[in-house]
Amino acid sequence: MLFSEAQSLTPVLSMVPLVVFLPVLGLIINLLVGRRLGEGFSGAIASLASGGSFVVALLLAFELARSPEPVTVPFLDWITIGEFSARWAFRVDTLSVTMMLVVAGVGTLIHIYAIGYMHQDVRHNDDPGRFNRFFVYLNLFIAAMMILVSADNYLMLFVGWEGVGLCSYLLIGFWFEKGKDGIANARAAKKAFVVNRIGDFGLLIALFLMFAHFGTLDFAPVFEKAPALAAATPGVLLAMTLFMLLGVTGKSAQIPLYVWLPDAMAGPTPVSALIHAATMVTAGVYLVVRSTPVFTLVPAAQNAVMWVGALTAVFAATIAIGQFDIKRVLAYSTISQLGFMVAAAGMGAGVAAMFHLVTHAFFKALLFLAAGSVILGMEKGHEQAHGHEAEQHGHDHFDPQDMRNMGGLRDRMPTTYWVYLIGALALSGIAPLSGFFSKDEILHAAEGNHVAVFAILLVTAFLTAFYMGRQLILVFGGTVRTRAAGASRENPAIITLPLILLAVLSAAGGLINFPGSWALDKWLEHSLEGLAPASFDPLTALVSLLVAMGGLGTAYLVYLVAGQVIETTTPDPLEKLGPLWKGITAKWGVDELYDALIVRPYKALAGFLAHPIDQGVIDNISGGIAWLMNASAEVLRRVQNGFVRSYALIVLIGVVAILTYIVASR
Amino acid sequence: MNFSLILLTFSPLVGFLVLLAFREEQKNALRWTALLSSLATFALSIWVLAQFDPAAPGLQLEVNQPWVTVAGATISFQMGVDGLSILMVLLTAFLTPLAILSSWESVKERVKGFMLFFLLLETGMLGVFLAQDLVLFYIFWEFTLIPMYFLIGVWGGERRIYAAVKFFLFTMAGSVLMLLGVLYIGLTGGTFSLPALISGREAFAGAQIWLFLAFAAAFAIKVPMWPLHTWLPDAHVEAPTAGSVILAGVLLKMGAYGFLRFNLPLFPEATLALAPYMAALAVVGVVYGAIVSYRQADVKKLVAYSSVSHLGFVMLGIFALSVQSLSGSILQMVNHGLSTGALFLIVGMLYDRRHTRQMNAYGGIWKIVPVLGALMLFVTLSSAGLPGLNGFVGEFTILLGSFSSKTLGNPWFAGVATLGVVLAAVYLLVMFERVFLGPLTQEENRSLKDLNLREVLVLLPILALILWIGLYPNYFFSLITPSVERLTAALQAASVAMP
Repeated sequence: MLFSEAQSLTPVLSMVPLVVFLPVLGLIINLLVGRRLGEGFSGAIASLASGGSFVVALLLAFELARSPEPVTVPFLDWITIGEFSARWAFRVDTLSVTMMLVVAGVGTLIHIYAIGYMHQDVRHNDDPGRFNRFFVYLNLFIAAMMILVSADNYLMLFVGWEGVGLCSYLLIGFWFEKGKDGIANARAAKKAFVVNRIGDFGLLIALFLMFAHFGTLDFAPVFEKAPALAAATPGVLLAMTLFMLLGVTGKSAQIPLYVWLPDAMAGPTPVSALIHAATMVTAGVYLVVRSTPVFTLVPAAQNAVMWVGALTAVFAATIAIGQFDIKRVLAYSTISQLGFMVAAAGMGAGVAAMFHLVTHAFFKALLFLAAGSVILGMEKGHEQAHGHEAEQHGHDHFDPQDMRNMGGLRDRMPTTYWVYLIGALALSGIAPLSGFFSKDEILHAAEGNHVAVFAILLVTAFLTAFYMGRQLILVFGGTVRTRAAGASRENPAIITLPLILLAVLSAAGGLINFPGSWALDKWLEHSLEGLAPASFDPLTALVSLLVAMGGLGTAYLVYLVAGQVIETTTPDPLEKLGPLWKGITAKWGVDELYDALIVRPYKALAGFLAHPIDQGVIDNISGGIAWLMNASAEVLRRVQNGFVRSYALIVLIGVVAILTYIVASR
Repeated sequence: MNFSLILLTFSPLVGFLVLLAFREEQKNALRWTALLSSLATFALSIWVLAQFDPAAPGLQLEVNQPWVTVAGATISFQMGVDGLSILMVLLTAFLTPLAILSSWESVKERVKGFMLFFLLLETGMLGVFLAQDLVLFYIFWEFTLIPMYFLIGVWGGERRIYAAVKFFLFTMAGSVLMLLGVLYIGLTGGTFSLPALISGREAFAGAQIWLFLAFAAAFAIKVPMWPLHTWLPDAHVEAPTAGSVILAGVLLKMGAYGFLRFNLPLFPEATLALAPYMAALAVVGVVYGAIVSYRQADVKKLVAYSSVSHLGFVMLGIFALSVQSLSGSILQMVNHGLSTGALFLIVGMLYDRRHTRQMNAYGGIWKIVPVLGALMLFVTLSSAGLPGLNGFVGEFTILLGSFSSKTLGNPWFAGVATLGVVLAAVYLLVMFERVFLGPLTQEENRSLKDLNLREVLVLLPILALILWIGLYPNYFFSLITPSVERLTAALQAASVAMP
């Protein structure tokens, strides 16, 4: 049975709304009194709220371990009009609870880390008052993400989907007066929202199609009715799934809508870790996996999803190679890894996609937070080394995120170095770290089905190992290249402890679906029907391991043997690639292309419509007709003379006359 | 007979009479009188709501007093309220006190005249939504024109005369045609009573295409539907804040409401035949309004064009003629009144401080006025249709219902209109960015004061409703839907009867 109704709710199951309402409570408390009671209070309340959500999710997981069938917990009749009815109900199944655990688990660690990080960030940016606001936004995000993953129908999923988009907007633009020319952060936030709205347009159309053909947006009946529609009018189902895919490319930053994610790095680093790496951006993957019963009916759509994912994976990986900003490397890497997940979901390998989603949440959150630790270290080092000069010259242009300014941090920030190493190796797919297993499952799925996709993903795996090797060397290896890097030092425990925990998860995360035990497969098969049985192929594993080692080895050869980056001005050894390098560093000109094809024409069109058309043609025609209809020449002349009020008076007199006539003639 | 509706409609006139007793110099007494009067009217509207039975689809609290017979046709003093109008009545009674409160400091000259016109206007608006007799409706309809004309023409900005005349001429042009339609219907039907005419509509069914167009002329200008919208930006820019709030919040709704109340039930065959054309104009309005908004330099103009876009959604929902889209349209009329009303209020608060509405005079002021900025963001997001706030519920149900509308017959109308959701995010976020985000660009903005208590009190009730509708819209739908289902059932019958 796919669906069991509410009558037999256990006490634990009926607690599920708390995953949303604990963070809401946290943000309300912080809104009301957080600022007055200080940083420690705000941070603690927000972390407790998120931690509370995690505890509830854990309890739900135990409950499901006992009886794993999906349950729907009704909560509120949200919109009921005629035959349309959308309720807010919580779906508790192994898939949604997996997402809840990731969101609240990683989320809580990031909350704790952010107490330390934002303490310094708000001072570095001269506005300590914004500390509390940050945690309000962060709790709002957890709440919205929980609405998304716990939804029982596509409408509530969409509510969460747009809700997390709002949080992303607020947090990318957190320092809304900073960035290039003071406006870059605000622009990045707007870009993220608008690009995501384009994706949301697709998702909305998919929802409308669903209602038009199924009469409902609830998961269970939609999945039930989909086969009949696939048999009757397969074109409709294809359109529905492709529009859904458009939504996926927005939220999960895939071609063609990935362009917002690199700019989103304008947000504080904990935001990049939580929203733009570990959780929100995986919502698209979740959507496809959740909709598996629909997608499997439309092989063409599955193919489209797979190709979008695979191409995004390799495309973004090439750009990651040429970045110097420590966070931007990770941003393009995130896009690329999301491509892996989307490709897997497209191949019908839903478990592999979810497995990689979970391990990626661990190691990419780790990498971002560790990068944040590096940035804080660099900022402190810079202040110490240049403190007096900076005071004399006003603000300077030192970029604490530029990897060319780093080098040799291994000895100065040892904890950060070790956790970063673990994260980077996990991402590169080195056994026995988590990324090895999850990536291997995706590669194995591709190998069986689509040779070209397998090849593309293998190339991506090589590039991934290469750019992570490059980053490790530029940041932690080689020589110290600036005084700031030289003076940098390790961060306190509130920062490093979450890092260590995430490092443990990144290292051991493979156990979740360890070959042989297949725990995740068995767990998720209660939510997803008709999954192919998992298998492990030692040969594929060996190939992917060799490819990863090859990537790291190449980075070692290029950056430590052939050409060391000794000074900040040393050219990157890859510059020898010539035009290829130019293309990479220009990010293949996609932003410029969109600007020329979409943004500027839209501006021109809007200008044309606003002035010559609206204020000219339309105003003259419709206005002219109105004048004609009203005007005897006499009235017109009076109006032009300025005695306009008399015209109104005429009407007033007219109305009064009618009234008098009516009353008098009774 | 139940006198609730008469009391409600004419209650502002009590305040009007009290105002006459004061002199112009007693400014605060004038303000308090007008405010208390409008609050009393609001209380009466809640009393009407309390008597209103949501489950009953027909007219309630009816008043019907035959008045006079002209050329064989009876004119009656007939009023009633149903699911189509109850929310409009509440919206009017809700926004008027807030608009008066918002003018507390910004209207310093001729306070007495201002308040007198405002209360007159309120009676006119309530009458429009409650009248069930065509002549009575027409009188109230025209009656709203005069106070608004003066509010713009006397208390408006620099080009107020131009704007007021334009407003007047556009509206009159439509009204003249409607009057002809009213007279034709009344004389052929032998009565001006709307319920009687609906059941006896065979009398004028032959001319219904023309009658539909005559009524549509008045209503489409009022909404305004593209391409009859050009009076609106001028009127809004020049109107005082309170005038803009009522203009956008209530007067525009009179147009959309007119379609619902008259065109749909009186001319169902014509409605079905013309629906695709009306929907097409609505969709053009959605997209066009959104694109044009994007290139405005004046915040008020931007919001005015955004109204063209938002009301395009409302009109699409009406002419998609499905239960969901129609209910969504009625709710969206309320939503637009709240969101756009709040936008105009906030813009007015900025104007009171800096005496300009040009966006380039601002920039980066969120740091200076954090509360104002946060509330503006809230309202902007509501206008942009963010789930959890009111706008989303309206737009979503309209589009959902229109997409599978049997009348429109294809999903392209709603599909293209959905683009409006994307474009709305563009122009609204651009506006928010230009005014509030980025670095502080003008030194004189450094001393801007944040909202005072009175201003917060003006906005808070609106924000609360925005949140309420967004989080639990079902209460509002429960008021609307029974009447809408009755309306669609009538149209359904007409479509079956059609050859």
